[in-house]
Amino acid sequence: MIKHQAHAKSSTSGSPARRRFLQDSSRSIGIVALMSLGLGIYSKQSRSLPADALRPPGALKEPDFLGACLRCGLCVRDCPYDTLGLATAGDDVNTGTPYFKAREVPCEMCDDIPCVVACPSGALDKSLINIDDARMGLAVLFDQENCLNFQGLRCDVCYRVCPAINQAITLEHRSNQRSGKHAMFIPTVNSDHCTGCGKCEHACVLEEAAIKIFPLSLVAGKADDHYRMGWEEKSQHGSSLVAPDQEHLYNLPSGQRYDYDKEGLIFEENSSGEAIQ
Amino acid sequence: MNSKAYPGQEAIIANGWWLANRWLISRRLSQVGVLGLFLIGPWFGWWFVEGNLSSSLILGILPLSDPYVFLQSLATGHWPETAAITGVLMVVSFYLIVGGRAYCAWVCPVNLVTDAAFWLRDRLGLGGASSLSRKTRYWLLGATLLIPVVSGQIIWELVNPVSMLHRGLIFGFGAAWVVLLAVFIFDLFVTRRGWCSHLCPMGAFYSLLGTHSVIRVRADNRIACNDCLDCYKVCPEQQIIRPVLKEADKGTGPVIDSANCTNCGRCIDVCAPNIFHMGLRFNNKVSVNTNRSDRSNHSSGVEVL
Ligand code: SF4
Ligand code: SF4
Ligand code: SF4
Ligand code: SF4
Ligand code: SF4
Repeated sequence: MIKHQAHAKSSTSGSPARRRFLQDSSRSIGIVALMSLGLGIYSKQSRSLPADALRPPGALKEPDFLGACLRCGLCVRDCPYDTLGLATAGDDVNTGTPYFKAREVPCEMCDDIPCVVACPSGALDKSLINIDDARMGLAVLFDQENCLNFQGLRCDVCYRVCPAINQAITLEHRSNQRSGKHAMFIPTVNSDHCTGCGKCEHACVLEEAAIKIFPLSLVAGKADDHYRMGWEEKSQHGSSLVAPDQEHLYNLPSGQRYDYDKEGLIFEENSSGEAIQ
Repeated sequence: MNSKAYPGQEAIIANGWWLANRWLISRRLSQVGVLGLFLIGPWFGWWFVEGNLSSSLILGILPLSDPYVFLQSLATGHWPETAAITGVLMVVSFYLIVGGRAYCAWVCPVNLVTDAAFWLRDRLGLGGASSLSRKTRYWLLGATLLIPVVSGQIIWELVNPVSMLHRGLIFGFGAAWVVLLAVFIFDLFVTRRGWCSHLCPMGAFYSLLGTHSVIRVRADNRIACNDCLDCYKVCPEQQIIRPVLKEADKGTGPVIDSANCTNCGRCIDVCAPNIFHMGLRFNNKVSVNTNRSDRSNHSSGVEVL
């Protein structure tokens, strides 16, 4: 028969139906509690994003992103460069969420940002309208021993491919101690402009890139909130906040002055209009 | 127990093969068809439908979003974009009409897996009663909506076999087959109709959504029942049929209005005396007269207002 015999076992604690109800409920709760514990631990683990996995432009901060993304893949579909992919089960990225690896396919920084436009959930923030404001990560030239420019050569490839050339990466001159007479052109990333698109990492000529993009949470330091930089405070305020600036006194021959900030040594004119020598 | 080889045999003899299988065939066509619509994009480059069951865009304009996935996201404290909200309203209004768990029978790709496991379980004679309560799924549904409140992260979608299978087929599988194999093994060896009728919180959610849905299976002709039990054997939620068939004297009307009915229509197929049909939920009164003359005219007039 289909129905089980509810009264198969006699019971001393209340009616059989009531007893079976309690048994059923407690078993259900037990099973669900076990599953929840397992899920809880698994979800905690799956929160971590590997250092080389980057989110699409406009992505909310982890773990907010993990609460917002519906895992639909519409961003993946609308990316014209096949940059993005959805993590599959077993990947080290949270199942079903979109990401890219810069060394494989970087983000081409589309002007119309189709991935953000496609996102139905707001996991990719629609308030990002200028792709230059995207912060998918930050480039770091971390391997100075292998970067060719650090050897005094002129590779410059990362500098040249950067969509924000001369802004996100600048070449800073430094003297070449090895040759003693040449300059080195050190690729230097400026976080004000780097979008984390990954073009530089993708293009680096070395077998293993010397410049890589990392999630901001990994590379960005943060000064304590109470830190104040004296010069910034001073320029904001217009003058020193602590004590009035003392005029520096130099012990100079009469008729001479020294302006530290601007002109340097100044010879004052005498009454006849000739400079005192 | 029963001399018949399989449920539905009598119906084939009485009504012919097509009438005894029409709902099952239509249902399979619908399941495969929905999947096909999502797959012709990636396979042939015709993008009628983009995305997956969690959220999609039809013909580039109409958004559809799964209300259960959406709720999980809401639970984390995220307020979604209009597209997702519109998409959810579309889907919700559809299932309010056709029956919440029609999703299970007509759309969900996992149903193909669990039906296969059930079929094999039957063939191999792996019977045995379930010790798992069918209410477990509601507890699990509660847990999958509560944990995100605490953790701020969507949790069920990490393992949801439904999303994993559908997304896997469209975007790449990875190790998702492990989860589906687990569901298959569970249904085959551990519990009869284990996943869909006891555990799946997504099915539980859609059942709640369809509590008052309009389209329902009806047994207006229930007096003709010859107790062959074929409908019980094929129904994934067999507990819902008995009251409607047998408890007219207790005042139970002819509509199978349990929220757990998946509107699969298999009971209609396998019933040789044709007592079931697809209808509306209204007019669910017990006939005053349950004598034979009423049965010939079951569709409208005989019901008491
Ligand atoms: S900005 Fe363009 S290239 Fe970059 S991820 Fe979005 S769609 Fe793809
Ligand atoms: S489109 Fe938005 S919701 Fe969909 S996968 Fe991409 S980020 Fe997630
Ligand atoms: S990631 Fe590299 S290429 Fe892209 S903006 Fe930053 S420095 Fe330039
Ligand atoms: S492309 Fe690579 S090797 Fe060349 S300068 Fe940039 S970081 Fe150095
Ligand atoms: S119960 Fe769950 S897995 Fe089964 S058919 Fe319904 S949604 Fe799909």
